Order: sequence, then C-alpha cells, then structure tokens
Amino acid sequence: MPKLKVSLLTGRTLRQGKGKEQGKLSELYWKSVATCEIDPTDLKTLGVKENTNVKITTDYGSVVVKAVKSLRAPHPGAVFVPYGPWASIIVNPKTHGTGMPSFKGITAEIEPAPTETVLKLPELLKQQYKKE
Amino acid sequence: MPVISNVTCPVCGSLCDDIEVVVENNRVTKVKNACAMGEAKFLSYGTHRPRKPLIRKNGELVETTFTEAVKKSAQILADSAYPILYGWSNTSCEAIRVGIELAEEIGGVIDNTSTVCHGPSVLSIQDIGFATCTLGQIRHRADLVFYWGSNPWSAHPRHIERYTAFSQGRFQASVWGRYLSRLSAYRAKQRLLRAAKLFPWRQEVSTPSESGGQLPPTLFRKERKMIVVDVRKTRSADIADYFLQVEPNKDYELLQAFRVLIRDEELDVDKVAGVPVETLEEIADIMIASSFGVLFFGVGLTMSEGKLRNIDAALSLTRDLNTRTKFVIMPMRGHFNVTGANIVSTWQTGFPYAVDFSRGYPRYNPGETSVVDILSRDESDAGLIVASDPVAHFPQQAVQNLVKNPLIVVDPETTATSLMADVVFPSAVVGIETEGTAYRMDMVPLPMKKLVEPPKNCHTDEELLQRILRQTRRTKKRRKK
Repeated sequence: MPKLKVSLLTGRTLRQGKGKEQGKLSELYWKSVATCEIDPTDLKTLGVKENTNVKITTDYGSVVVKAVKSLRAPHPGAVFVPYGPWASIIVNPKTHGTGMPSFKGITAEIEPAPTETVLKLPELLKQQYKKE
Repeated sequence: MPVISNVTCPVCGSLCDDIEVVVENNRVTKVKNACAMGEAKFLSYGTHRPRKPLIRKNGELVETTFTEAVKKSAQILADSAYPILYGWSNTSCEAIRVGIELAEEIGGVIDNTSTVCHGPSVLSIQDIGFATCTLGQIRHRADLVFYWGSNPWSAHPRHIERYTAFSQGRFQASVWGRYLSRLSAYRAKQRLLRAAKLFPWRQEVSTPSESGGQLPPTLFRKERKMIVVDVRKTRSADIADYFLQVEPNKDYELLQAFRVLIRDEELDVDKVAGVPVETLEEIADIMIASSFGVLFFGVGLTMSEGKLRNIDAALSLTRDLNTRTKFVIMPMRGHFNVTGANIVSTWQTGFPYAVDFSRGYPRYNPGETSVVDILSRDESDAGLIVASDPVAHFPQQAVQNLVKNPLIVVDPETTATSLMADVVFPSAVVGIETEGTAYRMDMVPLPMKKLVEPPKNCHTDEELLQRILRQTRRTKKRRKK
C-alpha cells in the first residue's frame, strides 16, 4: 500500500459548523467531520478514489476517515481534517507552556484503508476512551 | 404568527443581532437573516437533548431525578482535591459568574475554551498591548481589511457582510458588486478550462499560482480592499481581492518581514515564507497608503508553531503601522460568549482564563494552570464541564485523563463529553430558551433574548450551577462535622 508523508491541518468548515448545531449525534456532523480533504494529485499518488477510507497516523495516534477531493486545491502535501473527535485523536497535545496544543501543521502519514470502517461517534468513544 | 425581531444569534463571536424568528407552538419555525450555522441552531437545537438528568450506574447512563443528580454532583465536587471547571463560552455571563464562585468554593481550576482558541492571543495582548476598536468603526471606516489565519466565510459567515468588505458603511461602500463581477469572470474561465479539456492536445492549459503573482489593480484603488493570508486557499480567499499564501508555520517570519518593510528597510532575501519580497513590498506600501486598516487574525496564528509569538509579531506590526497610518487589530473569537468568559473571569478574579483557586486565592499561569496541561500531567481528580465539548476537541491524551475521573456535564445537547459523563444535566439554550448577556468579539455586551419556554426538566445554566453550589456547601459543612 502506498504511504504519503503530509502536513496535517485541522480547522473549521461551514458544514462542520452546521453539523455541530444539528447535534453531535446527527448524520450531518459525522459526514462533515469524519473526513479528510486531500489534494487531487495526492489522491492519485495514494491510488485512492474519492470517498475511499484512509488511515491517518501521527506520533500521537491514528484514525480512519473518509477521503474527499479538496475543493481548495492546489495544496499538495497538506491534508485538512475538520475539528471534531476524529481529528482530536491525531493532533499534537504539546502546548509548549502556553496551554494551547498544536492543531495545525502536524507531520502525518496517510495510507489507503479500504477495508477499515469510519467509526460513528459512540463507537469511536468506546474504542478510544472506554468508560467503566 | 408571532415574529420576534432583533434577536441575537447564539452561535459565533460575530453575535449578529438582526435575526428575525417566527415562533409557533413554543418552537422556532422560521429564521430570517441568520447564516447556515445560526439557522441550524435555531431550528434544530435540543434535538438530541436528554429529557431528564442522567447518572452513570453500572457503566450505563440512566435517567434520574434532578435532586439526585445535584446531590451526586455535590458529592463529586466536595470529595475532589483538584477539580477542573471548564467550558463557559456557550453560556451567559451570569452563569459564568456563578461558575467562578463554585470554583473558589471547591478550590478548583476554572478555565474557558479560549485556552485552546485565542489563549495565546490573550497572553500576547498582556505583553504587547492592543490597538483595537469596535466593529461599528470598522464597518464605517476601514478601507483595508486583512484576514490572517482566519476563514470567516466558514467560521463567522456573516462577518464580511456585516462588518467589513461587503457591508455598506457610512464612509466606505460595500464591494459586493466587485466580487460578483469577479465571480462571473471566474465561472467563465472555468467553462473555458472545461472546454479546453475536450481537446486533449491542449492539456497544457493551467492556472498560474496565485501567491506571488502580480497584484490586482483593485488593490491600488481608493475603495475598500480585502486581503486574505492563509496556508491554503480557503473560501474567504476566493472572495478576497488578493490571497497571500504563506507556508505552514511561517507566519512569524512573514509578519516580521512586513515590520521591516514598513520601516522602509530592505530584506536581503528573495522570498519570505514562500512569498517573493517584491510582492511583500507592494503589500506593505498598500498598508501604509490605507487610511484605516484592520487586521483580523484567527486561530491559524495561535494554533501553529510559534503560537503567542505569532500574535506578538501581529500586534507589533499593528503598533508599527500606527506610526504611518491608522491600523487596528482584532482576534476572530469563535464561540458566541468566549469574550464574555474572559471578561467575567477578569473582573471576578483578575485573570482572563486558566484561574487556579487551589491555594484559596486566584493564581494564573497558563502552561501550568491551563486545563490541557493539567489533564496532560494527570493532576485533576474530577471535572465539571459547562456548555462545551472537550472530549471532541481536546487531544487524545488529555481526554483520556478527563474521562477516567468523575465527570459532570451541563449542556443543552448530547455531546461526546456528555456521552462519557457520570452526571448529565440537560440545560436551557441561552439565547433561545433563556436570556442572558454575551460579549461580541469587539467586547461589546449584547443582550440575548428568550424566545421559547424550555422543557419542564431543563433549568438554566445559572440556576443549575446555583443549586450545585448550594448543595456542595451543604455537603462540605456536613463532612466537617
């Protein structure tokens, strides 16, 4: 499987904003934040088509999300994941003494994961943070 | 049909106060003037809200009575040695005030969401100072608008329309028409490119990179101009007169380069942060030539490498520009009352966020007393989260340490955090089901309206916190005996 080293950016999108207001359990929220916007040339390098699942791995964790073709291209080498529980798993927790973790410009590796599923919110929480 | 006008929208820091809603059968059925986020909130608030307070028993959240939930919360808080009280930016100033009283009572740490948003901006403002004004001034007077590391089209959808480029000010006209003509030109170009694709031998047709290209003539006109600086071409960049693409984590260099250039000094390099120096020189000239410039900055600066130092550079640039012209700067605050959370915290404790009461008096040292650091070091032993969702937005390691301890959540919605909580209170939505005060991003307080009655078991955040506070005092007194 091809792997690609990228810079991970997280941030807001209008759809994420709409989704969070409809509810964190809503279908729209899941569809809008459990995604990764990838440059078309990077999609080609990875050999994946749009809406294929991809796995993003950083030094801090890994998560499976759906790949979508970025409408904001060209930005080869940079991928964008909207804020949400999926993105939070892979961001850099280091605050450098400021209280603020690093949510943007994180070194990450991305690979196709067609056999893995994108978890829904309750399943994701169960998998990551199991509450006794 | 009762139409309620001049409603303040409880979503983002722009706090639009011109919303009109129609209320039928105690439900908002129509919304006018709001953006997609505002409309979604007015029409779908509380969809997933539990009907009664919930309590965790044998690993499952089950319904309970209000009294039982208050008792359990008071027990958790009275038993804890170093609890964290976090959230606050999606509730009213009145509720935040009670939260601070509770933090003092139990010797906890009270922190608001600015800690993972504009916390570095606050730190930097304390160091450097802050040349700012209200959004009204900007609407009427600003002729040069910068959005740096901020994407208002997606995060503050009506900001451009109400306060900057597309607003019709008294002394500055809207440039909406210019955007429309640019849009139709862009569409025509797209059509041509699509047509060119039909002829495979003309595949070399490509669009030149935007950054570093020749500046558009509109930037040299007298009327209002908008420039977006970001690491990727956002939607806001599409509508701007010019988009300056900076390499990731290089904002500091670019800001400092502008500082050099506006002092008429020379740079000995060809490019800074991926942008040719000639382009920077031209933009620096445009900054100096403006009669009222404004720099709005977003979390693109606070969250990337450099953090507060990026803001230091931005604030210093604004200060320097004021020796040549009039320039102001403003952070694009996210949640509707995150500014209020800073303000209430400051007038109650002296500090805007990350306030530690564990020694009996307020102490402030972000990096040590900020919630993400406390959680990363695994020092807290209980949590009270009000109107926020840290499980969805904190880094994994911090969340793990948050959810392993007893957790109380007060929120009008079911969130990732409430799913992991031990006690959940469904509360009334501020600005829809209850009134209150909120501060806009320019620190102007605005009243939030009550439009509908909350459901029977949903109390306001203020009322709920008062009850928890009273019960905690009682529990502590009983323990002392």
